[in-house]
Amino acid sequence: MKARVYISLKNGVLDPQGKAISHSLQGLGFKNVLDVRQGKTIDLDLADMDRERAEAEVEKMCQQLLANTVIENYSIELLD
Amino acid sequence: MKAAVIVFPGSNCDRDLKVALTQSMGREPAMVWHGDSELPDTDLIAIPGGFSYGDYLRAGAMAANSPIMREVVRKAESGTPVVAICNGFQIATETGMLPGALLRNASQKFVCKDVDLLVISENERFVGGFQQSQVVRFPVAHHDGNFYADADTLDELEAEGQIAFKYVTPEGEITDEANPNGSLNNIAGIYNKAGNVLGLMPHPERLISEVLGGTDGKTFFDHLVNSIV
Repeated sequence: MKARVYISLKNGVLDPQGKAISHSLQGLGFKNVLDVRQGKTIDLDLADMDRERAEAEVEKMCQQLLANTVIENYSIELLD
Repeated sequence: MKAAVIVFPGSNCDRDLKVALTQSMGREPAMVWHGDSELPDTDLIAIPGGFSYGDYLRAGAMAANSPIMREVVRKAESGTPVVAICNGFQIATETGMLPGALLRNASQKFVCKDVDLLVISENERFVGGFQQSQVVRFPVAHHDGNFYADADTLDELEAEGQIAFKYVTPEGEITDEANPNGSLNNIAGIYNKAGNVLGLMPHPERLISEVLGGTDGKTFFDHLVNSIV
């Protein structure tokens, strides 16, 4: 079982890295870029288990370590 | 009085803290490794600056889940004073001992310089060595010191006297220019609700002798030690 966790900064939390990327893209001529928010993905390789249990376990991982819910949102995708 | 300094892989201000505490206490603090699960008998816990676990995942995130931190949180909840400096502050927010979070500096740059700080609170134990509204000078050295909390938390911190220090001009004015990292409300240090945990980005342990450029840090530690003894 594989799971992918997407972590992004919450709306309203300053993302200076996203801003720097946005400036660079505009400098390269991509004038249609209005704003950039960056984040990270974490791929987990899990032992075989049913989807419900996997989802609950990854949810716990996000709460305890993978995301800081003061500043970050996360979403979980089970891949197979 | 006894103190304990927590040491993580990647801590780099642990020995500066040891020197500062030894100077103020007249005895050495215990240096406690992150993998230990028990703290020695101690009257003060100090969490040092550095880059614990290489700042992997988020600054302070891995250290916050190390075995010794469970014990530190437990002691803090029972009232033991904790001073958490720089990476220590990041770790303390990650454990939930302190509210908010420390984001990447707004400038995206590592900031390393002396800053002027307004003493905001009347927390006798931690800042009783200074006058209320005194401007003191400590160095900062960090890449992730941009204090963030949601609007409700921020209001509560202001209303409950939980803000310890703010970045200011040498004259004590709270301005954007005096803010080295984009912290909301120019916040440089905060307390928990109970007032026994202080987290701050600046490094008092780096300014404890005229040879180092100043003694505001020595005043801080001398008072902290005296107030605990």
